[in-house]
Amino acid sequence: MIDSVFLTRFLSEGGGEHGGEAGEHAAEAGHHLGEKIDHLTSVGPWFLTHAYLIFIIPTISYFLILFFGKKLPKKGHEIGIASIIAVLGFAGMAAYQWINQAAEATIYGQSYTWLRFGDLKLTVGTHIDGIAVMMMVVVGIISTLVHIYSTAYLKDDIRYTHYYAALSLFTASMMLLVVANNTLQLLAGWELVGLCSFMLIGHWWEDKANSNAALKAFFTTRFGDIGLLTGVIMTFFVVERAMGKGSFSIIDINNSALSGKVGHTLLLMTALALLLGVMGKSGQFPLHTWLPDAMAGPTPVSALIHAATMVVAGVYLAARVYPIFWEGFNIGESGINPMIVIGGLTVIAGAALAFVQTDIKKVLAYSTISQLGYMIMGLGAGAWTAAIFHLFTHAFFKALLFLGAGSVAHSGSHHSFDMKKDMGGLRKKMPITFWTFMIGTGALAGIFPLAGFWSKDEILANAGNSGYEAFVYVGLLGAIMTAAYMTRCVYLTFFGEYRGHHHPHESPKAITIPLLILAVFSIGAGFLNALPFHIEKFKEWVEPKGAFPLEGLVSGTGKFITHAEFHWSDAGIASACGLFGIFVAYLYYWKKIGLINVTEKNKLARAGYVFLEKKYFLDILYTDIIVGGVKKQLANATLWTNDKIINGTVNGVGKLVAKIGTFTYENFDQKGIDRVVNGLGSTSQGTGSVLTKVQSGKLQRYAILLFSGVIALALVVIFINR
Amino acid sequence: MTFDKISLTLAIFIPLVGMGIVLLIPKKNEFATKVTALVTALATLGVGVGITARYNIGHEGLQFAQNKSWIPLINARYEIGLDGIGGPMLLLSMFITVLVMIYSWDHFPEPASPKAFLALMLLLEVGMNGTFIAQDLILFFVFFEIVLLPMFFMIGVWGGPNRKYASLKFFLFTLFGSALMLLGFLALFFKGGHTFSIPELTAMAQSGDLDLAKTTGLLIFGGLFLGFAIKVPMFPFHTWLPDAHTEAPTQGSVLLAAILLKLGTYGFIKIAIPILPEAFHTWAPYIGGLAVIGIIYGSLCCLAQTDMKRLIAFSSVAHMGFVMLGISTGTEFGMNAALFGMFAHGLITGMLFFIGGSIQHRYHTREIARLGGLLKQIPKMGWLLGLCCMASLGLPGLAGFWGEFPAVLSAFTPAEGLSVPLFRTYMVIAAVGTVLAAAYLLWMFQRVAFGEVKDEFKDEHIHDVHVSEWLAWTPLLVLIFVFGVYPDLLFKYFATPVAALFGAS
Repeated sequence: MIDSVFLTRFLSEGGGEHGGEAGEHAAEAGHHLGEKIDHLTSVGPWFLTHAYLIFIIPTISYFLILFFGKKLPKKGHEIGIASIIAVLGFAGMAAYQWINQAAEATIYGQSYTWLRFGDLKLTVGTHIDGIAVMMMVVVGIISTLVHIYSTAYLKDDIRYTHYYAALSLFTASMMLLVVANNTLQLLAGWELVGLCSFMLIGHWWEDKANSNAALKAFFTTRFGDIGLLTGVIMTFFVVERAMGKGSFSIIDINNSALSGKVGHTLLLMTALALLLGVMGKSGQFPLHTWLPDAMAGPTPVSALIHAATMVVAGVYLAARVYPIFWEGFNIGESGINPMIVIGGLTVIAGAALAFVQTDIKKVLAYSTISQLGYMIMGLGAGAWTAAIFHLFTHAFFKALLFLGAGSVAHSGSHHSFDMKKDMGGLRKKMPITFWTFMIGTGALAGIFPLAGFWSKDEILANAGNSGYEAFVYVGLLGAIMTAAYMTRCVYLTFFGEYRGHHHPHESPKAITIPLLILAVFSIGAGFLNALPFHIEKFKEWVEPKGAFPLEGLVSGTGKFITHAEFHWSDAGIASACGLFGIFVAYLYYWKKIGLINVTEKNKLARAGYVFLEKKYFLDILYTDIIVGGVKKQLANATLWTNDKIINGTVNGVGKLVAKIGTFTYENFDQKGIDRVVNGLGSTSQGTGSVLTKVQSGKLQRYAILLFSGVIALALVVIFINR
Repeated sequence: MTFDKISLTLAIFIPLVGMGIVLLIPKKNEFATKVTALVTALATLGVGVGITARYNIGHEGLQFAQNKSWIPLINARYEIGLDGIGGPMLLLSMFITVLVMIYSWDHFPEPASPKAFLALMLLLEVGMNGTFIAQDLILFFVFFEIVLLPMFFMIGVWGGPNRKYASLKFFLFTLFGSALMLLGFLALFFKGGHTFSIPELTAMAQSGDLDLAKTTGLLIFGGLFLGFAIKVPMFPFHTWLPDAHTEAPTQGSVLLAAILLKLGTYGFIKIAIPILPEAFHTWAPYIGGLAVIGIIYGSLCCLAQTDMKRLIAFSSVAHMGFVMLGISTGTEFGMNAALFGMFAHGLITGMLFFIGGSIQHRYHTREIARLGGLLKQIPKMGWLLGLCCMASLGLPGLAGFWGEFPAVLSAFTPAEGLSVPLFRTYMVIAAVGTVLAAAYLLWMFQRVAFGEVKDEFKDEHIHDVHVSEWLAWTPLLVLIFVFGVYPDLLFKYFATPVAALFGAS
């Protein structure tokens, strides 16, 4: 089906020539901006063409820890740390080599046959471009720091070895997802990181609350995976429509989506289905409810999996096959689309819930949800680079905040995360934790010149530039809220009087050094794309240069991605919003000015507070009504149908046959068939004395009657038919 | 080479001879009985390995084929042969029999009578192996029915408290289907090709020589459908399965799940569809419909279970739904998925029944509510259960995924002429089924393995996985991994015969 609107000069008559030209260029000197890339280059810089190693190393580490970890002096963390440092080194070298050739537009990778259906081959392999390298680096850095941090944080844990094995498996699975050159392999990595998340949330499974949280995370993301599964299937057929033969290859999918040969309905359905998967994994409203519960896992896991890496897998997927969303949702047309709406809603819905939490990790979890909302909103607005840039900076400052919260719990509040009961006044006792947490907070709130300032501002600037003005205001409102709830969080944790009953002290080096390193990144990461200083390194290195909605690659009159310019005035407004949020929160908490105790005095405010405290009643809807209904009422009703109706019918027929049989036996067949039956019976009785006990002779009678009855009946049918 | 001529015959006769020897050994000499049975099964497996080694993957048509006169009076011939559809299942059947015997070494069900038990198991192997190599409808029918008897006794003699009801129901229900199936075979002979040879009938169907009236074709397919659908079992013919599985001894459950259920799906792929492609076309939407109902229905029944073994049994209804969905699409994708799904379900559900049986052996209960904290008391068993649950819910990287995903995919574009919107609806329903699978398996796992050990078992000393269990299970676990990571190892066997199915039509 060819939608005539999308028919283009590029792909009709002139297309062949153009494509051929691009192919020749590829052979000579690599691609340049705006030239179609339709294949993986398998020869090139070593680390880029051997990227599969980055997932093989931690896989080996996983099995080594699993089988030998407990016998080793350090209980397996030595293997884990050695492997993750190797991974980090590999990622670093890959980044170095990538940057060296970033001016050329090439996608490196290999394909190996994974399985075949007849003559259709499905492959497994790597697809190394800017965003993959960026993710390798991010996962490498955060995972390394978490490995080191955990040696102190989980010291003497009952399942220490198991924990490190799971970390290795997670790193391996995440890398499998990151380097995947096709959506099927991406789906495999996606499910495997989900498994690791499940294992690590339920790390302390003795407690029912923890295993419940683990199951909830798995089920919710799995619900989203209905969309992912069908979406991935549809990507295969998107390629089939455009190229005649189906494929899961990411390059083929992207080129097909942009080719104009695929009907819009299919693209829209694919985009919608994939969006459901993205919502489940990346905590988008209203499928975000598992993420706060996932905080039941160890804190370093929250930092690694539930803030910096796994939860952004959805964003990564959307970025990976962006042309599907771009064309399916008509993102370039500046109309309203499901992606930007979901993202925008999530920004506000997440931020609002962060205000009513007393658990510091839950504040950060809702903050993560809200920030993931920014990323999806950015993608929905066509601000690809800005959204991915935000993914990049967010990974550092949010990991920093989580690890900071872990440090507080480890050394300040005696394993409690309750800000109101067990914290307060910790800034003097834990100076490193405090100052690094402040840097993280500043970066999250978007204070100039910390990392979050640059990326958040870029999302808003580009949303405005693409014609999505309304969502700029959503983003600004989110910025105010973010700054305010983080100020509240900092106030409750580090200021005022200490409310705990222990002796807070600074954390050991294994904890503070990762904090300091992350603090450096939280300050500096934003400068990779600091437009007013004419630095656009991130865009240069990460933004795809082919198979992407760029000028010349989008079919016909279709719009392509554009980039906003930097305006100090807009950035100033965004910063002012952040400062305003901090100021209001400062007045409220430090100076006790404002609507103190309003929730107790005003009914409407009270209702609003309850609405938030009950998390928009979504948990009740999901857990009690939907899941409870399926698990109890629906399942029991089905079983009742099974036992009473279907099985009842079977038993009824059986009894009827038995009655007919007995009747026949007594009246007609006693002399005739009985002899045959007895003959058969005695044969089988010969096989062993035990068997005779079961044999009453009835069976043979039933069987023969049933058999002959059926044959007689059927013969009648056949003859009538004749 | 002589081996090529006699190997398939050996695959049937070695277990038969072994059974004879087992019956001759005095009952007191238990050890000799066990060794004989195990050696027999190993020898049979050895033949299977030889067959696999000499099997030519790219070759179209049957290999190791033999065609001898058998019962000329009714035109039945001893026609046997192997293709990529029956081959993997034959090997699985030989393989599982060995593992079940190893497991049985110190797990004989009460009333202990290794002699009778092992003799029946060997007879069962005769039937199972024979079904996968028979190329003559009457021969196929004979083997198909041979399987019934030993399983009937296994459930009836060594089963749980409700064994009589369960075994009788199993026997009569399946026999009912078999009768209609036989009738279908006869009709194919008299109204169709005047031959019982499956390859000949298939060739005639593909070249259009099998001249059947439309209604006759539909009716014959209906007969075959009932015979095979009961065996699969498809909703709503599944009610014998939970009873049989729950009451059967562990060994019986494993064999039932791993091999016996596949006889039904095998019959669809090998006989019903190639010989009656047009009738299948008419039936396909209904088969697909029953398949997806089975997926959801089986899963919902799982959610309501309080009995672990019964839960696993109902999960088979759901999983075989995916297999049947793949078949009903009538596409290469679907058939491949179905064949892989059959194999994977055999490994995974077989393994789940092994573990379920071992848990019952240790705790003397199957009640999920009474169990708990398995990971604390017997951690290795607990983790194995977790692994198998993950495999069963279709986690990529483990074998189960490759039966499920392509089956769902195949429903997106069913064979030409089938309703696309209908099958896409099936696709979405099946995808919902994957969520339910996660739900019932993980809830079961949570209740059984997580948390604290229940008070009644707190002070009991309970053994973790022991040697005979490791020996029987490790090969299965390794295969679940290997096929999960590198599925082509299995898929490559299907390519040629599945393509041949669609070749001329």
